[in-house]
Amino acid sequence: MAEFFTNLLGQDLGTLVWIVLRILVIVAPLLLGVAYLTYAERKVLGAMQLRKGPNVVGPFGLTQPLADGIKLFFKETIIPTDANKFVFVLAPALTFILALVAWAVIPFFEGGALANVNVGILYLFAISSLGVYGIIMAGWASNSKYAFLGSLRSAAQMVSYEVSIGFVLVAILLCVGSLNLSDVVHAQEKSVWFIVPHLPLFIIFYVSGLAETNRLPFDLPEGESELVAGYMVEYSAMTFALFFLGEYANMILMSGMITTLFLGGWLAPFGLAAPFGLVKLWGLFWFLAKIAVMLFGFLWVRATFPRYRYDQLMRLGWKVFLPFSLFWLVLTAGVLEYTGWMRS
Amino acid sequence: MSFFDRTARDWLLTELFSGMALTFRYMFKPRVTINYPYEKGPLSPRFRGEHALRRYPNGEERCIACKLCEAICPAQAITIEAEPRDDGSRRTTRYDIDMTKCIYCGFCQEACPVDAIVEGPNFEFATETRAELMYDKDKLLANGDRWEVELAARIEADAPYR
Repeated sequence: MAEFFTNLLGQDLGTLVWIVLRILVIVAPLLLGVAYLTYAERKVLGAMQLRKGPNVVGPFGLTQPLADGIKLFFKETIIPTDANKFVFVLAPALTFILALVAWAVIPFFEGGALANVNVGILYLFAISSLGVYGIIMAGWASNSKYAFLGSLRSAAQMVSYEVSIGFVLVAILLCVGSLNLSDVVHAQEKSVWFIVPHLPLFIIFYVSGLAETNRLPFDLPEGESELVAGYMVEYSAMTFALFFLGEYANMILMSGMITTLFLGGWLAPFGLAAPFGLVKLWGLFWFLAKIAVMLFGFLWVRATFPRYRYDQLMRLGWKVFLPFSLFWLVLTAGVLEYTGWMRS
Repeated sequence: MSFFDRTARDWLLTELFSGMALTFRYMFKPRVTINYPYEKGPLSPRFRGEHALRRYPNGEERCIACKLCEAICPAQAITIEAEPRDDGSRRTTRYDIDMTKCIYCGFCQEACPVDAIVEGPNFEFATETRAELMYDKDKLLANGDRWEVELAARIEADAPYR
């Protein structure tokens, strides 16, 4: 395929067109997935609360996300008079773009990453850490006390949980011996999925992921009951929609990270062989299936648990997760040193 | 021992997982939501909805302008004016209910000696303007004609309990 474009358009332009095409192939289904994640969330929450969820627009309410999108698109974008207009508009765009660019290094199937770089884990960690800037900028530029308080909370929360996420990543990459995400999956192919030896880390990473994406029960930055939606309070129409899309894209990204790091990425369970030799499709299928299960977990947790108090949130992050992940990191290093287990 | 039990439960997150098991079971229970405009919940025969003025089967209006309903109305939503008709019987010339004042207490139908003013089963009479909620005699009689079958059935169903 790449040769086709380089032959047609010359070396530079052809490569560019080929890359843009591949980006589109990732981003377009991702946005569709985001739209239908909102639908799935409303359906799952509805079911767990004995309600029906959206069922009016289209069959089973399937075109509801489309209707919501059109509604948000045609609404008026209101920019508060006291707001710093440039930063105010930049913040949601930044959040949204960061949620998308992280997908560049995620391997969808064997050799199926847009950029198979050797610092994949580092790149993911950096991008997810940058996400806090979108929220801080939104809170500051809104020039409103609710938005500012919400963004401060969010910043503190994300920074706290990034620490333990960092230690979890370090433990994983100790086992793999590489920062390349495809290598992470290959290492799990050789030994076992990392959820088996690292189950406590998986739980820590999952819960930290909830906190990192500001999902319930850690949605204090949004806190609609006391902060009236926190940092998003002054946003409307498309700027709001970008935050919304960014939040859900981050959920999918977090599920993708969990899948790659703990659930063996594109690997089929029990080494099931691909039917008809469709190795790449088979890998893609299992990757997406695992993401879907993880996303269902996000919604399930939302339907089950009440919101944490802020001091409990900080206690959990600093006094439970951080010491435990540090302990587990040392334990992993010790086991690896003495046995060479999982290194194979 | 209880310390170890508690610690083990804490570390195995039993409470969290039992909570999640509960919500998961609930996901497969039947929905309790009614698909409202297409499905409706059951109404008691005593349900107090929109007012109606009833007629006798021969078409004569029941109301004899005794004004008991006007007197008892705690919200003073009812206005009645009356004078003898050409045939000498006493009838209303005006029977207005301000539906924006009405509190749907049902005192008017309790006070009525001839079951003329009743509150029917209809609760879907929202309007776009306030003026449309100032019901006059024609509107109330029309309501009575429209709902007569159900109104009679409701009074009959409730009769043993009065």
